[in-house]
Formats: sequence, C-alpha cells, structure tokens
Amino acid sequence: MSFTLKKHGDVVVVDVEGQLIVGNRQELKQKVLDELERGERKFLIDFAQTGYIDSSGLGVLVSLSKKIREHGGELRLADLNDDLQTLFELTKLDTLFQISDTRERALEGF
Amino acid sequence: MRPRQARLADVAWTGTSAVPDDSLFDPVTPPYVALDVEIPSDVRQIEPIVNLVTEHCRSLHLTRRQCSLNIPVALSEALSNAIISGNKEDPRKHVRLRATISDRALVFDVVDEGGGFDMASVVHDPTTSQYIEQEDGRGVFLMRQLMDRVEQFRGPHHVVRLTLNR
Repeated sequence: MSFTLKKHGDVVVVDVEGQLIVGNRQELKQKVLDELERGERKFLIDFAQTGYIDSSGLGVLVSLSKKIREHGGELRLADLNDDLQTLFELTKLDTLFQISDTRERALEGF
Repeated sequence: MRPRQARLADVAWTGTSAVPDDSLFDPVTPPYVALDVEIPSDVRQIEPIVNLVTEHCRSLHLTRRQCSLNIPVALSEALSNAIISGNKEDPRKHVRLRATISDRALVFDVVDEGGGFDMASVVHDPTTSQYIEQEDGRGVFLMRQLMDRVEQFRGPHHVVRLTLNR
C-alpha cells in the first residue's frame, strides 16, 4: 500500500494503491496536510488502484475534506470501483464529496 | 500471526488439508474451523490477516462483493475495535480470529483480552446530517450493514461474532 502525490496543473492528485485503512490512514492525512500547509488548495484522490476502505479511511477523507474547505480549497474523489461506490452510498458519503468516474473528468473545471 | 493449538483445519486457506475441497459444498458438511490464529495488538497486522481470509473466499463460492467488500471491511472493523478498544494496543495482548465455515454461513469470532465497548449502545446513524461530517463512528454501522448478523459476547474474553450467510 502506498500513496503517490503528483501535480496536474494546480491540482494535487493522490493515488491510493492498496487499502486505505486504520494502519495507514495517518500517512495519507499527513501527506495531504503537508501539501495544504505548503499552499496547495485543490486535491483529487484517485482510487483506481484501491482495494477496500474501512471506517478509519472514510473518516480521514471526511476530516481532510473539512480541513481543506476551511482553507478555501476543495477535495474531489475519482475512479471508485463498484464496491467503493457501494461503500460511499451505504455511508451516504457520496453526498458529501464530488465523485467522478475518471481522473480526467474530475480534473475538468477544477 | 501465529496459529493456535486449537486450530483444527486450514483447508480453505492453504488447500493442504486432508479434507477435500468438495466437502465444503456438501450440504451435510458440518461446521468446521477453517482458521484459528492470533495476531499481536498492532493495527498493521490487520491487512495481512484480512488478505489471508479474502484470498480464499472465492473458493467458497461466495459472491465477488462478499469477498471484496463485505468480508474485508467488516472484518477490518472488528479487528480494529479489538486491537484499539479491546486491547488498547497493548503489545502484550493478542487478538484471536476464528473462522468457522458451514454450508449455510461463515462465522468470524474476533476475541480480545479487554472489555471492548458495548456495541448495543451504538445507536446513532452516521449517515444523518448530525454525524456525517464526523471523522469517527462508522465502524459498528459498517459491520451491521455488511454482515447478516453482528453479536457480542462477554465472558472470560470479549468476543465479537460476525455472521455472513452463504
């Protein structure tokens, strides 16, 4: 499991490879907060290579979204597979995030 | 991760047992213990044990979603609660995972050495506007949503039992 951050224009794109769970959520949180601290305001997390997410992982996404909004920025999500989409629907977090089918669509108009 | 002495069989997980895999689908197959292991109270141990379980789910003719969503997420939640709330991440304590398979269901018993918390007291709905922006509070909800039954037993040890019907 790993997190890779790359810049696409003024958007920080984070790839989540593997699981986003209690054992690694702090790593993701810290990496994104570090970028926020450096002045970045637009974030996209791409789940194309993600397996499953537990409640801790979902919690970190909620927390980051709030933090980024407080700084005048935005966090978007992309590339959720069917299971992850179901997870977001079960928790109604699909109503909290802007979720796109693909990275490209998420980047459009960001 | 260490096998317990009480381990009876590991047919579903290793394929090395004397019990033929076909017996898993025999309607008269009695429940049997397919996995019985202990892991240290370290959240980094959750992913390997969950992977071990899910890798072999398909051999049990479960649905893809059961193998890639229901089991890994619910089991992660139960193990996480056992390590953090039950054992308080005390490295001297362990969490036991016991998986029992029958023709009707998979049953996961997650046993910790602490008291855990009373899951019956968790009645809030994390999908409501009051809670949806909170970081915590979705674990029990997800276990209940993704499993057919979630039970809690208290005795010498604290046990959370997850049941997924086949």
